[in-house]
Amino acid sequence: MKGPQATAVTLTINAVPRTLTIEPRVTLLDAIRDYAGLTGTKKGCDQGTCGACTVMVNGRRIDSCLTLAMMHESDAITTIEGIARGETLQPVQAAFIEHDGFQCGFCTPGQIVSAVAMLAEGHALSEDTVRTQMSGNICRCGCYPHIVDAILEAGKPA
Amino acid sequence: MSIPVIGASRSRVDGPDKVTGAAKYTCDRELPGMLHAVVVPSTIAYGRVVSIDDSEARSAQGVVLVMTHRNAPVVDENKVGAQDAKLFLLQSDAVEFDRQPVAVVVARTFEQAVYGADLVRVAYETRAPQMDLDAAEVVEPQQMLGVDLRLRYSQKEKPALDGAHTKIAQLYRTPTEHHNPMETHGTVAAWDGDTLTVYDSTQWAFGVRTRLAGVFKIDPSKIRVIAPFVGGAFGSKGTAWSHVPLAAMAARVTGKPVKLLVTRPQMFGWVGHRPQTEQHFSAGASADGTLVAMLHDARNETSLSDDFVEPCTVFSRDLYAVPHYTMHQELRRLSISKPTYQRAPGESTGGFAVESAMDELAYALAIDPLELRLRNYSEVNPNNGKEYTSKKLRECYAQAAERFGWSKRTATPRSMQRNGMLVGWGMATASRGTHRGDSSARITMQTDGSVVLAVGTIEQGTGSPTVYPQLAAAVLGISADLVRFEWGDTNLPTAPLAAGSQTAASVGSATVLAAQALRDRLASLGGKIPAEGITIDINAKVDESEEERYAQQAFGAHFAEVEVDPDLLHVRVTRFVGAYDVGRVLNAKTAGSQLVGSVVWGISMALYEKTRFDLRTGRIMNATLADYLVPTNADIPNPDVIAVEDDDERVNPAGVRGMGEVAMCGCAAAVANAVYHATGVRVRELPITVEALL
Repeated sequence: MKGPQATAVTLTINAVPRTLTIEPRVTLLDAIRDYAGLTGTKKGCDQGTCGACTVMVNGRRIDSCLTLAMMHESDAITTIEGIARGETLQPVQAAFIEHDGFQCGFCTPGQIVSAVAMLAEGHALSEDTVRTQMSGNICRCGCYPHIVDAILEAGKPA
Repeated sequence: MSIPVIGASRSRVDGPDKVTGAAKYTCDRELPGMLHAVVVPSTIAYGRVVSIDDSEARSAQGVVLVMTHRNAPVVDENKVGAQDAKLFLLQSDAVEFDRQPVAVVVARTFEQAVYGADLVRVAYETRAPQMDLDAAEVVEPQQMLGVDLRLRYSQKEKPALDGAHTKIAQLYRTPTEHHNPMETHGTVAAWDGDTLTVYDSTQWAFGVRTRLAGVFKIDPSKIRVIAPFVGGAFGSKGTAWSHVPLAAMAARVTGKPVKLLVTRPQMFGWVGHRPQTEQHFSAGASADGTLVAMLHDARNETSLSDDFVEPCTVFSRDLYAVPHYTMHQELRRLSISKPTYQRAPGESTGGFAVESAMDELAYALAIDPLELRLRNYSEVNPNNGKEYTSKKLRECYAQAAERFGWSKRTATPRSMQRNGMLVGWGMATASRGTHRGDSSARITMQTDGSVVLAVGTIEQGTGSPTVYPQLAAAVLGISADLVRFEWGDTNLPTAPLAAGSQTAASVGSATVLAAQALRDRLASLGGKIPAEGITIDINAKVDESEEERYAQQAFGAHFAEVEVDPDLLHVRVTRFVGAYDVGRVLNAKTAGSQLVGSVVWGISMALYEKTRFDLRTGRIMNATLADYLVPTNADIPNPDVIAVEDDDERVNPAGVRGMGEVAMCGCAAAVANAVYHATGVRVRELPITVEALL
C-alpha cells in the first residue's frame, strides 16, 4: 500500500498535551480540527491566503494550514477554544459581540486569535495600524469597520 | 395591522458561540465511521474524458472508492425546477467547463483522499472552447421576472432619443465574479436504509431536499437536510450544486457517511458565479435635464447547458421617470459553468451602467449629478405606474448629501486635491425590488412564559436567531430573551430560499402572524396557559392580489470619496456615506452590519473583483484568494450608513423591504463617478485598475 505511516505526535494545545496518531503530511490545521476535534479553527482556503485558520504558536500568530503538525511537538499552541478565561470571554471576544464584528462568523475565530496576538505585539493602537495589522484575515461579509472598532476598544488601556 | 416599532440594537444571541469557536458549521460535522471525499476536477474546459487510470489511486493507502463515469451509480442529473442547474454527476464522459467533476476519491482520512485524487490520471480529448462573447451562440430569453425581454428599440423610443437635446450612448462592462464565501461549500451525507440525512452549507435546506429527491428518485419525506450555521453564501449556496448528490452517491456506494468539502480552487468550478455583462445604455434628456428616452440593451454569458439571465435592466426599468423606455436582454453561450445569482443580481451590474451614464449625462448637461436625479424623480413605479408601498428616496438623497458635505463639491474633474492626492466625489442612486415568499412558522408558549419559535430557514450572518425572536417578542409584548429560535432543518416548518433580500419579509411576516395568533389565543384563554402549552402553526402565503396593488422597492443614495495617487494611479475609497430606505429596521446593530457589508461588496466590485480566463483554453487563471482580489481590512474605509425612518405598513406584516443587497446596487458607479471626478478618466469597465487610468 502506498502512503506514509501514521505515528504518535504529542501537541500541546491550549495547555493540554494531546497525543495524536497522524501521518507526517497532516497539517497543523487538520491535526487541530480532524484529529484533536477542536473545530473552532476554520479552513477557508488551505493555501495561506485567508487567515481563517490563524492560531498562536508560542504567542505568534500563524496560518496553521501552512505548517505540518509534527513540526510543533515542543510548541505551545493556542486556538480559539483557548482564548476565553473559563466562562468569561476575553475582552476581544466581548468587544466583537458588542460591536457586531462578524456576520456569518466563519472567519471570526481567526480574526479573534489574530487580534489577541496583534494586541500583544505592542503596535501603537490606531485605526490605521489595526487595519494594516489585521489585513491577513479576510472577512467576506465585510465586517472590517466593526472589527477595527472592537479591537480598538479591547486594546484600550484599562 | 401594526406592530410596535422595533429596531432595538440587540447583540447577536449566537455571538458567544461564534466568538469562542463553538458554533458548528457543516464542515465541523463528524459522524461515526465517516469517510472523506475529494473531487477530481477537469483540467480542460471543453471536450471529453478519453480514459481514466485510477489503478494507483485505488491501491493507495486508505482509499476506499474511486468513482468515475464508468462506475458511478445511475442518477438523474437533469433539472427539476426552472432555477435548477444541470448537475455533473459522473454520468458521461462530456466536459463542459473548467473544473467540472470527473472523479471522486473516497478514503478513510482527508489526507488519503487528497493524495488519492492526486494519483488519478485523466486523459482528455480537448476541443476548442467558446470564450468569445461576439462569436458565441445567441440565446434570446423569453422573459425575466415576468417581463417580456424581447422588446427591441421600438418605433417610439428611437426617435425620442435621436431628437433629444443631449444624449449619452455608451457600452458598460462588468466581469465574471465568484462569490467566495469564507466557508467553502460542503456536504456530509449518510444513508440509513433508504433514508438520507444530509448536512449542507446551503441557503435553502428545502431546496436541497427537493433536488436530492429528483436525483435519486426518492420521496422527499425520505430525506432530511440539516443546515447548521452557514459561513457565508451570497447566492452561491442558493441551489444544490453537483457535490451535494456526489457526496450522497459516494455514501450510498461505500455504505458509510461521507464528508465532501469543496476546496478553494474548486470554488471557481461548479458552484456558480456572477456572469460577465455587456450593456449598451443610452439616455437622452432635454436641456433642463428631464429624461426623454432610455434604451438598455444587456447581454450576459451563460453556460452550454443552462440559460441564466442576469437581470441588469431591472434597474433602469424601475427607477427614473422617463416617457420612452426600451430594454432588451440576450445571452451568449460560452464554455463555462452555469452563472447564478450573486449578491444584488441585476441591480448591481445594471446599476453600474445606469448610474455611470447618469453621471455622464450630468456632465454633458452641466447639471449637478444629484440635481439631475432629483429632476427625474418618479413618485410611482415608472414601469407599471403603481404607487409604492412607501418611497423615501428624497430623504436618502438629502440625509446622505448633508452628512457627506456634497454641496462643497467643485464640479470640474481634477479640481479637488489634498496632500498631493487627487480627490474625487461621486454619487449614485440605489434601487432594488422587494421580494417575499411563502413561509411557515411554529410558535409555542410554555407555562413558564418562555417561547420557542421554529422556522426551517438558515443563518448565514443575517441574524436569524437574534432578529426573529425580537419580532415575536415585540408582538407578544415580552422580552426577546424569552424567545428561543430553532432553525436549519427540513423537519421544521418550511421557509423559502434565503436570498433576494426576501427572508426578513417572508420569515418575518410568518413570525408576526404566528405571534399575533398566539397573542389572540392567549387572550381567549384569559391569559392562562394550559399545561401542554400553546402551539400555533402558521403558513404565511403571499397573497398575489395584495402584492399586485403596490410597487415594492428599496432605495438609497451613495456618496463616495476617493483619493487617487497622481503618479501611481492607485485608487483608495477614503470616505463613504450611504442612506437607505429599507422599510422597518428590525435590529439596528445587525442591520448596520448588513448595509456596511453591502457597501464593502460595492467597493470590491468597483476596484477589485474579476475572474480571469485564459481565452485560448477556457481555464480560470486566478482561482485562489491570493489572485482573485477581495478587499482586506486595509482596503476599506469606515462607511457611514444611515437607515432612513420608514414605518412601511403596506409592504408586508413585518414592514420590511429587504436590506441585504440594496446598498450594493449602484454602489460601484458611485466609486467610478468619484474616480472620474478625481482624474477626468471615465472607466466603463470594472474593475477600475491602474491600467484603466493610464
